[in-house]
Amino acid sequence: MTAADFSLFLPLAVLLIWATVLLIVDLFIPKERKGWTASLSALGLALTLFLSLRQWGETASGFGEMLRVDPFATFINALLLLSGLGGVLLAYGSIRRHGVERGEYYTLLLFSVSGMMLMAQARDLILLFLGLELLSIPLYVLAAFALPRLDSEEAGLKYFLLGAFASGFFLYGTALLYGASGTTLLSGIAQAWSQAGRNLFFLVGAALILVGLGFKVALVPFHMWTPDVYQGAPTAVTGFMAAGAKIAGFAALWRIFTEALPGLAPDVTPILWALSALTMLLGNLLAIAQKNVKRMLAYSSIAHAGYILMAFVPFGVPQVRDVALAAGLFYLITYAITNFGAWAVVSALERQAGQGLELDDYAGLGSKAPALALAMTVFMLSLTGVPPTLGLIGKFYLFRSVIEAGFYGLAVLGVLTSLISAYYYLRLVVIMYMRPGEPQPVANPWLNLTWGAMAILTVLFSLIPAPLFWWASQSVLR
Amino acid sequence: MHFSEAMPAGFFSLAPWIVFFPLLGLLVNLIFGKRLPERAIGWIASLASGAAFVVSILLALSLREHAEGTRVLLAEWIHIGNLRLDWAFRVDTLSVTMMLVVSGVGTLIHIYAIGYMHEDVRFKGDPGRYRRFFVFFNLFIVAMMILVGGDSYLMLFVGWEGVGLCSFLLIGFWYDMDTLGRPSWANSNAAKKAFVTNRIGDFGFLMAAFLMFWSFGSLNFDEVFAQAPLLAQAMPGLVIAITLFMLLGVSGKSAQIPLYIWLPDAMAGPTPVSALIHAATMVTAGVYLIARSAPLYVTVPAAQYIVALLGATTALFAATIAVGQYDIKKVLAYSTISQLGFMVAAVGMGAFVAGMFHLVTHAFFKALLFLSAGSVILGLERGHHHLAHATHHGKEHDPHAHAEVFDPGDMRNMGGLRKRMPVTFWLYLIGTLALAGIFPFAGFWSKDEILADAFREGYQAVYWLLTIAAFFTAFYMGRQIWLVFFGEARHEAAAHAQESPWIMTAPLMVLAALSVLGGALNLPGLHSLTSWLEHTLEMVHPGEFIFPVAALSTVLALLALGLSWWVYGRRPLVAGQVDPLKQALGPLFIALENKWYVDEGYWAVFVNRYIALARWLAEKVEWAFWHEWFHDTVLVRGFNFLSQKVLHLRLDRQVVDAFFDGLATLTGRIARRLSPLQNGFVRSYALMVLSGVVLILGYLLLKG
Repeated sequence: MTAADFSLFLPLAVLLIWATVLLIVDLFIPKERKGWTASLSALGLALTLFLSLRQWGETASGFGEMLRVDPFATFINALLLLSGLGGVLLAYGSIRRHGVERGEYYTLLLFSVSGMMLMAQARDLILLFLGLELLSIPLYVLAAFALPRLDSEEAGLKYFLLGAFASGFFLYGTALLYGASGTTLLSGIAQAWSQAGRNLFFLVGAALILVGLGFKVALVPFHMWTPDVYQGAPTAVTGFMAAGAKIAGFAALWRIFTEALPGLAPDVTPILWALSALTMLLGNLLAIAQKNVKRMLAYSSIAHAGYILMAFVPFGVPQVRDVALAAGLFYLITYAITNFGAWAVVSALERQAGQGLELDDYAGLGSKAPALALAMTVFMLSLTGVPPTLGLIGKFYLFRSVIEAGFYGLAVLGVLTSLISAYYYLRLVVIMYMRPGEPQPVANPWLNLTWGAMAILTVLFSLIPAPLFWWASQSVLR
Repeated sequence: MHFSEAMPAGFFSLAPWIVFFPLLGLLVNLIFGKRLPERAIGWIASLASGAAFVVSILLALSLREHAEGTRVLLAEWIHIGNLRLDWAFRVDTLSVTMMLVVSGVGTLIHIYAIGYMHEDVRFKGDPGRYRRFFVFFNLFIVAMMILVGGDSYLMLFVGWEGVGLCSFLLIGFWYDMDTLGRPSWANSNAAKKAFVTNRIGDFGFLMAAFLMFWSFGSLNFDEVFAQAPLLAQAMPGLVIAITLFMLLGVSGKSAQIPLYIWLPDAMAGPTPVSALIHAATMVTAGVYLIARSAPLYVTVPAAQYIVALLGATTALFAATIAVGQYDIKKVLAYSTISQLGFMVAAVGMGAFVAGMFHLVTHAFFKALLFLSAGSVILGLERGHHHLAHATHHGKEHDPHAHAEVFDPGDMRNMGGLRKRMPVTFWLYLIGTLALAGIFPFAGFWSKDEILADAFREGYQAVYWLLTIAAFFTAFYMGRQIWLVFFGEARHEAAAHAQESPWIMTAPLMVLAALSVLGGALNLPGLHSLTSWLEHTLEMVHPGEFIFPVAALSTVLALLALGLSWWVYGRRPLVAGQVDPLKQALGPLFIALENKWYVDEGYWAVFVNRYIALARWLAEKVEWAFWHEWFHDTVLVRGFNFLSQKVLHLRLDRQVVDAFFDGLATLTGRIARRLSPLQNGFVRSYALMVLSGVVLILGYLLLKG
């Protein structure tokens, strides 16, 4: 381990050490002062973010090519750390109220973020797997964090079992790729592919890795866990999970396929196409049938996984690949901002013991809490892709790049499924404004900050999206 | 016609001041009038008019040396391509004659009006209108001067419309009350009638002007007249059309058949207005127009004949109606129509000098008659006023004393005024003799010249019509004299009538002198007016004095006066008695009383039809058809049908909505169908993942 290696590893190391130390410090923080733990974890995330952003523009590999710092990794890291901060905000605003506040929560969140960052930076399949597990296991625990509640336990257990199942596929794929190329390094696999040419091991290995990661980002048909887990897990966890796990999963997917298996594009593209189409279609269709906001948003997040995957479909078309990937990264920002805002609103309306999560509980919000309802409307519009929100810009870039690559069918499907999604997103708006009711929103400053800031950002960035898109297009994997 | 294009000689350059002076007067009264005393307002207006008269005299003096006249350019107006229309005054013998009459008689009437309007506003109880009257009066002089001074048909038309406006404003001067000061819209209706009728005439004028512009490419007198003979040869129909359209305009402004009906109603205006506008000046504008257009008319004899016949018919027709009227001013109004008929007949026959001669003398004696009639009316007003106060002072307060219906213009209320108002009587008598055409009064000479010309030129029908008209003229004037001034007073007001002040009688004396001596203008043998006008109207020739004609008309006039004495003077009318002529003539007289039912006929034929048409258009076409049916039924119902039944129900609901509802139902059904897959069992979820894996791998393997 050289000094150069360590400097690459620095943000990740700081976060890991911070988390470990926080685990010990937390023991000395009294139960009613867990705010300290939250603040310290946020401080750790902020510090890591600072260190990570200092790496902006660097492109280097370390630890024998196993770890990578490049704009893509920095971009993903920043997004992940911000998601972590969002997770802390959400949690601090809600878990005490829900009676599940424990110091371990923040530590586990930090460890999960570390795993996510590792996935974005790893260039070795083993290391990727390590990151995947480091991401997943804290999430399993967090999903079951509302311990006495059965649905939370169920969520944790389901997530764990199915996560393990999916990890098995990932691992099996890794094994096959190793078998085909004799190495777990992405660069090595790419080299082996170019020497050996197309063979079944590569194909099957790649397919299984796709399945493993597809499970994490909730692509149909590997999505079945999502509604149950999202609904059962504490809302703060769900918000974090929906953003962070998805970002990390896609980051890993893009890195593996662009760096290790670019030659597989002709074979994989139809599969990606089908997965994207299915995910958008089913996610949106099933969301319509939901009565529970958390389940609805779960399906919504599934559907958005389909949209994000769309950006990766043209990865075999060299002229469009970069633009498409930039659109994908941009859409990740869009999704993260809107997602946190929406979950913050859900959190604000969630009463003890998982009450206040039905769609009908939102009736009358428009008159009772106009600002909150307006913010939620903004998020719903953004998720639908209606101006003046970030969602429109994100979808515009996505569809444009897909059309440029010639996947007209996918673009049409994307538009049509957006149309379908308007049905359930706007239904919530209709319920908020046009049905009388007595909602009891919680006015927590941290939650208010979250949904308020996110709503403003959603509108603001839709008016000036150029800087964000510039950043995204600078962060494309090359 | 030779016009000097050089610098205007003599006083010619003063020509625009005939307009500027009255304009100045009206502006002074308009701006400062509120702070000026009544008398000052009247004198300013009179001075303005008098100044215009002085300018007219100066122009006439210059014309004696430069008889060819000139054109005085005031300002450029419309210059488009070859078209050049300017604000330019045409100073020649014809226009200056008119200017002299307008400003001269106008000034006298202005002065008379100082006294008359003072009492009139007093009796009608609205002194605030005094200033307004003189502003309108000066405005009339302005417009009339533009009319007679203009160098083109367009400028003439500006004046033509201006005097029409002033006529409207002054007929409806007491727009909110009748002659007795009671609230009524009768006067404003009369004003409207005059205006609308004149608009019909204006339509004719405009058509004539458009045709002229179309065929001559100009509206300037010189340019039009220069081309007239050529065009009359090439396209006589066109010139006939122009002249006849112009005749329609003349019949509007100069109250000829068929448009004369407005003039009797115009008597609703204050008497000075009747004298100035509706007797002496404005109504002669039509005669002036034909005289001015003489070069045009002489090219088409057919049109001339129509004009002459129309004038003669009007002369007789109106004269008969005048016999059956009771209102002192109405008689004079029909007399005016009749005399205008004489003039139109004269200018129609080509006897332009005779026409203009009669125009001038008529201005004198008809102004005299009208103003004297005004004096009579005010005399009766004074008597009535005096009476009302007397009863008031006698403590016998009668609430109906003021409300009593008393028409000071009705000759049946008069009688015996010769003793109460001697000055007025003598003046009126002079006017009557002049109008009746008794030697040696002015009317004798001018009327005789017309008759002589008609006789000599072979217009037999015209001659006889006019001669009979002259007989009737003498008769109805005699009837007036006997009814008004002789016999016993038939009303208390007449018994207490008082003579008018000097400010009213003094101008009348001047007019009376002119009525006596006016014939000197164109005495047979001297022909001073002929030689004066022939500088402008080349085609005129001195008329001859034909003794049999003069003798016949004089004998007839005397006979008529005698007849009137036999009917009205021999046994004077007493209060409440029916007109003796009515007893003798029966239904014929009733027809005369009712003006031959022409107004009723017009109502039946035109106005009612027009109203019916307008009502039909308004109620049936516009409201029932367009608004109710087309808008409410066709458009609204159609739109509702289209929007609700077709677009909303069929297209939107049953097609678009149905499609999307179906889609939504389908979507929802799919969603519910798929939901059972989400059964909550981890094993099913894992199976799903596995089946996904199998599918992907199967695809890859099968693809090879």
